[in-house]
Amino acid sequence: MGSVKYSIKKNTYYDSVTLMIISKEIKKMDGVEEALVGMGTDLNKELATNLQMSNSEIDELTPNDFFISVLGDDKVNIEEVVAEVDNLLNAKKKDSDSDYMPPTLDSAVNNDPDANMVVISLPGQYAAEEAKKALNKGLNVMLFSDNVKIEEEKELKELAKSKGLLMMGPDCGTAIINNVPLAFANVVRKGSIGVVGASGTGTQEITVLIDRLGEGVSQVIGTGGRDLKEEIGGIMMLMGIDALINDPNTEVIVLVSKPPAPSVAEKVLKVVKDSPKPVVVNFIGGDREVVEKYGGYSCISLEDAARKAVALVRKEEVKDFDGFSLAEEEINRIVDQEVAKITSGQKYLRALYTGGTIADESMKLLGKDFDIYSNIPLSPEFKLENSMVSKENTCLDLGEDEFTKGKPHPMIDPSYRTERLVQEAKDEEVAVILMDFVLGYGANEDPIGEMLPSLKEAKEMMAKEGRYLCIVGYVCGTESDPQKLKESQERLEEAGVIVMPSNAQAARLTGLILNKIQ
Amino acid sequence: MSKINELFNKDLRVINMGLESFYNDLKKQEIPVTHVAWKPVAGGNKKLSSLLSRLK
Repeated sequence: MGSVKYSIKKNTYYDSVTLMIISKEIKKMDGVEEALVGMGTDLNKELATNLQMSNSEIDELTPNDFFISVLGDDKVNIEEVVAEVDNLLNAKKKDSDSDYMPPTLDSAVNNDPDANMVVISLPGQYAAEEAKKALNKGLNVMLFSDNVKIEEEKELKELAKSKGLLMMGPDCGTAIINNVPLAFANVVRKGSIGVVGASGTGTQEITVLIDRLGEGVSQVIGTGGRDLKEEIGGIMMLMGIDALINDPNTEVIVLVSKPPAPSVAEKVLKVVKDSPKPVVVNFIGGDREVVEKYGGYSCISLEDAARKAVALVRKEEVKDFDGFSLAEEEINRIVDQEVAKITSGQKYLRALYTGGTIADESMKLLGKDFDIYSNIPLSPEFKLENSMVSKENTCLDLGEDEFTKGKPHPMIDPSYRTERLVQEAKDEEVAVILMDFVLGYGANEDPIGEMLPSLKEAKEMMAKEGRYLCIVGYVCGTESDPQKLKESQERLEEAGVIVMPSNAQAARLTGLILNKIQ
Repeated sequence: MSKINELFNKDLRVINMGLESFYNDLKKQEIPVTHVAWKPVAGGNKKLSSLLSRLK
């Protein structure tokens, strides 16, 4: 057992993601077992206590104080750790050092009086107040932060409605306004499909597939996941649809959300019925008949929504897509080839997702034929007792709270997923791994490169024991994303991953393989 | 025209509060963006912060 060494800087503020990424780097230093580099928030102090890396001085810090605490052997010199932290912070600062960074929203508005959008990703307890200030200044808001109370959300959205402004969020992960990707968003070509989305990765999946099918988006408005709950009443989705109806650059509208509260669904669908523009409605896993009764185009998957929107823009026939891009014989060949390599004791699926909505979509597609355990199960009997331990067929949303305490979202920091993959490969009954790779702004600069060593390790470890690991992957991205779609897909294929062109197709292929081994 | 539709006709100009990576992403795309060097009001002391906000 090593000893704890620490360093404190009072009144020095850095954002949480920057610090969590630095913690990850410090952990790689020689002799360091565990490292915490963070602000003195209650969460970080609790984490330090739980890891037995706290003391009375750390206990008394405020969220405005910065601390470093490391657990390690005798070789660890705290001065060297502090120097390394400074190095990493300076490297981060280098790009933006000469920029003027005003201390408050007021001074930022003075600096740029023509600003028209505020993106807020502050800790939840401070976020609503700043969003309110922004709306009162006549600015549109994208609120990325979560942990905002639903009463506050209602107040913010009612204020935005009275002023006719966008109030996207809280917990709004993605938006593309005037073709500018905000927060976690892909670089999607300009076009005539407008999207209003209450689910982050659901929206990303639809927009990237629209791009790949050769069309583009006019506006992508995020609402935050709770907008269609009874308490909020779909305020932002209704305002978003109205704006798209009045937008001359939008020809087709797509709505994406988990099934709304019935009263809210009715309100939204009434607007769909009166819309002069066609509306594709993907209430994921919801009742299709209701949507069609109101004249909306209902969908069976996120890919299906993208394809229908594209068909409508091109004035082509609108039909359900529940198959594969590849010919049936080719799909059968892939399935047979994989099944032949899987040994008799291997039978289960472990799906390791970074995107919550696409994890949910896969469970809905696979859940008809298989029992799938999860931390976000389709029904309560399939809830995993412990999210850290998989059971039979398991599908995980690694972006959920239990995996992200003190760590950035897995789309930014894939380190837990790399460990979990190796953990799954040790289970003798595991046959298939299904995983997503989300590209775009906001996401990790090289999600494929972060995962490749573990993919190799898992495959080699199993091969040594005479087993075969089948890995089905899906890359959610476009060729214009900074990480480049094609190159990302090719790197995975070179590592022996079967890369499918949509999440729905990846799930369907997985189903065909499981059918033959279970 | 609603303010949202007015926004659709303008160049987007962003103020970013929070994660600096979002600021850097926008800068890379040459989108006008101002990053706020935000700190918790009154060092995160909730009582003091709420008193201060009433003074404004």
